[in-house]
Amino acid sequence: MAEAQINTYTLNFGPQHPSAHGVLRLILEMSGEVVERCDPHVGLLHRGTEKLIEHKTYLQSVPYFDRLDYCAPMAEEHAFVLATEKLLGVRPPRRAQFIRVLYAEISRIMNHILNITSYALDVGAMTPLLWLFEEREKLMEFYERVCGARMHANYFRPGGVAADMPDGLAEDILRWTGTFPALIEDMETLLDENRIFKQRTVNIASITAEQALDRGMTGPVLRSAGLAWDLRKAQPYDVYDEMDFDIPIGKNGDCYDRYLVRVEEMRQSLRIIRQCLEKMPAGPVRLEDGKVQSPRRSEMKRSMEALIQHFKLFTEGVRVPAGETYTAVEAPKGEFGVYLISDGSGKPYRCKIRSPGFAHLAAFEVFAKGHMLADITAVIGSIDIVFGEIDR
Amino acid sequence: MGFIDRTARAFLLTELLQGMALTLRYMFKPKVTLNYPFEKGPLSPRFRGEHALRRYPNGEERCIACKLCEATCPALAITIDVAPRADGSRRTTRYDIDMTKCIYCGLCQEACPVDAIVEGPNFEFSTETREELYYDKDRLLGNGDRWEPELAARIEADAPYR
Repeated sequence: MAEAQINTYTLNFGPQHPSAHGVLRLILEMSGEVVERCDPHVGLLHRGTEKLIEHKTYLQSVPYFDRLDYCAPMAEEHAFVLATEKLLGVRPPRRAQFIRVLYAEISRIMNHILNITSYALDVGAMTPLLWLFEEREKLMEFYERVCGARMHANYFRPGGVAADMPDGLAEDILRWTGTFPALIEDMETLLDENRIFKQRTVNIASITAEQALDRGMTGPVLRSAGLAWDLRKAQPYDVYDEMDFDIPIGKNGDCYDRYLVRVEEMRQSLRIIRQCLEKMPAGPVRLEDGKVQSPRRSEMKRSMEALIQHFKLFTEGVRVPAGETYTAVEAPKGEFGVYLISDGSGKPYRCKIRSPGFAHLAAFEVFAKGHMLADITAVIGSIDIVFGEIDR
Repeated sequence: MGFIDRTARAFLLTELLQGMALTLRYMFKPKVTLNYPFEKGPLSPRFRGEHALRRYPNGEERCIACKLCEATCPALAITIDVAPRADGSRRTTRYDIDMTKCIYCGLCQEACPVDAIVEGPNFEFSTETREELYYDKDRLLGNGDRWEPELAARIEADAPYR
């Protein structure tokens, strides 16, 4: 029998693959069932957000940030409003800062629920998704009660938040933090020791801390490799410096560690949510400065000056002093940064968005090389990519 | 000892059986699924759904054609034309919202100084054709007339926070 010569062949993965989490297209060079090279193609969900923002006022830009990482909308808004506030040189009232941190953490849990359970679904476990999506639904209800939309919130504003939390909401969130840990434990009972889940994840796509740093990885992916880097601790924004929480880290940097880090992060987020609710002071949630935020509605209807400010803010927008800033927040997926240049007008001159998923996807070959085709789905799930923020 | 323990657990399928026992317990828990068209989830007074143009109690339309909603709409979904009416008051001759463009951000109702354009509680307005989603003034005023009791209640409930 003649010796068979096997060449690598190219395989198109996506962009319509159900496990591709959106419109991911991977060009895989396969040798048998082993991935030799891997080339992610991006751009299928490009909407030109950065360019659009150059033609919008700062107030109008906020809804666009909801639509970047639509799994954790408020975390993205947070980066943009912090950047705008830095350029404006204002600090929002304390109560607004607490509400923002509270909702940023609710977003983090929402994102991790979606990621962990759909990741488990990709590697063969369906039940966690069915159980935890009920909790995610409750979180979306908290979103809806505070801002009127279940996902695309448009809630954080430069100089505070859109409106105060309605009565009773804080108590409901606090009650929910009491019931949620049991659900995390149930999910862990199903997944942590499960041999099928472990066979699909342990020692799959391991990375070292150096590799992660070289490739600009952040968030749970970096922490799973053993580096305790978290912007909430490293350069606290809003009231994160008053919060007491730990940074979970992994050891091996494999898919399983990334799962464990995210589960523990949910518990830490719960701690932050509880502290926020306990420490939240009373007071205004918007700046009283009519140059930055429109006045209260009751005042706008009585005072001519307030009405003029209202009209100026909703047409021209806030005049932001010329300058530039790079402001980053610890979004659930990693470091989400906004590089904002203002030329002194009511619209940003340039807005560059640094999304964590882009760096993770760019390093896909580091993760995938030498693994089987079936492991690709595990890798995609574990690095938590969402195309809204990658393609922008 | 750890090795024996691990091996015994592996052979006895403990983690799988534990998981199955847990799923079995869940089977007897009360169901949370909503039977949608007949049961609906709760909505807060802030919910941003289908738009409506409101009227004053005497039947006069609230909109004064200041075009602030048109100016602030990030998706450029609103188009307004203005002309003085026969009695000399300034009114819109055309108020169109392209619901296919609208991103339901709520900035129009935040901008409106007279609470004329609001986003109501209705989220069931799907249509079979695209054209039906290009709302004109009649349609919006009609929405306002139909939903007015709810709209007024919502605005009142949310007024302390705005």
